[in-house]
Amino acid sequence: MHGFANPARFLRLARWLTPLCLLPGIAIAAVALAYGLIWAPADRLMGDTVRILFLHVPAAWLGMAGWMTIAGASVTELVWRHPLAAIAARAAAVPGAVFTALCLATGSIWGRPTWGTWWVWDGRLTSMLVLLFLYFGYIALSDVARRDGGNGRVAAIFGIVGAINVPIINRSVVWWNSLHQPPSITMGKSAIDAAFLWPLLAAAFGFTLIFAGVVLMRMRAILAEAQAEARLRRKAFAADEAAEAFGGFA
Amino acid sequence: MATVHSPRIKAKHQRLVLLVIALAVVLLAGLLAAWALRSQASYFYVPSEIVAKPPEADRFVRLGGMVEKGSLKTAPDGVTIRFVVGDGKSRVPVSFSGIVPSLFVEGSGVVAEGRMQPGGTFKADNLLAKHDENYVPREMQNMTQAQARKVVAETQ
Repeated sequence: MHGFANPARFLRLARWLTPLCLLPGIAIAAVALAYGLIWAPADRLMGDTVRILFLHVPAAWLGMAGWMTIAGASVTELVWRHPLAAIAARAAAVPGAVFTALCLATGSIWGRPTWGTWWVWDGRLTSMLVLLFLYFGYIALSDVARRDGGNGRVAAIFGIVGAINVPIINRSVVWWNSLHQPPSITMGKSAIDAAFLWPLLAAAFGFTLIFAGVVLMRMRAILAEAQAEARLRRKAFAADEAAEAFGGFA
Repeated sequence: MATVHSPRIKAKHQRLVLLVIALAVVLLAGLLAAWALRSQASYFYVPSEIVAKPPEADRFVRLGGMVEKGSLKTAPDGVTIRFVVGDGKSRVPVSFSGIVPSLFVEGSGVVAEGRMQPGGTFKADNLLAKHDENYVPREMQNMTQAQARKVVAETQ
């Protein structure tokens, strides 16, 4: 793992890994969504509303996976002081927040015709909204650390503590009565008919690849930004030195 | 960190141990909080809870359960419906006037928002249809029960 402590080595790997994630990801997600929207059968009760499943479930899964990425990277940052860990955590925050927002929006649109309401404060919906707010908090914290030159340790601790919400989201429909349905896919079992299940799994896989590609892209952007900043600082420093040297003669 | 420790313990191992302890404590705190919320955080009461401990009159509560098959009846005024919500142990009669969600059918889940009436009837102001975890294509509902069971068994 510490082989990649050298950013140049990571960048070389990320350069070809990014399109390798993004292109198949977009293709698989597009095909799965097209199948879900056009060819998948209508549900026995929900009718065509079921098609939102193919976007909603991958978004929910990636919203939670995004936070687990932040938490894992934060542990690596705090314990092993890996220089790329903080960058990986920061890179995962915005895509994670976007997928969480997408999950809430699609769920709300599905809930109106299915349940008869846009929003209820049940365990699942509330804990998912909390996840979105945690993302906002994390993005703000890590931004402050970057701008004001902090070491980002506060953001890392926030990322680890916030991870407690993920199992709560997962278990919310089991622990408490909720309007949201209990899990359809549990260990090795599925209450989802094969006609819906396979495109759903394909969409989840495709979106996961897209997520990985976006995180890699953002990591490269953050590294490039840091490099540019360091170069500017060196230049400014050199200019100061030169001015001082000349000032001595004046 | 200027902690004094034996030179044989690496700093990163010390950090790892501290983090594991911190994680365990945070996890315990989270579980305790969730445990404390176990009854308050539920979105609705099931019929057996309502029957065992009836809520005070005029207190707004939610009642959730299955709409019993064959219990749904429309009153002569055409907008009031009566049905029974059950959970396998207890049954609560419900009355409601208004537009029902399209997924509201007998044998399916429902969450009724409203108040208990003195006569033991639950008067709902609003109905929410509860979707279960099963996703089944339309073609399958016309199969015989045995066929459907076979298909479901195959997908599981």
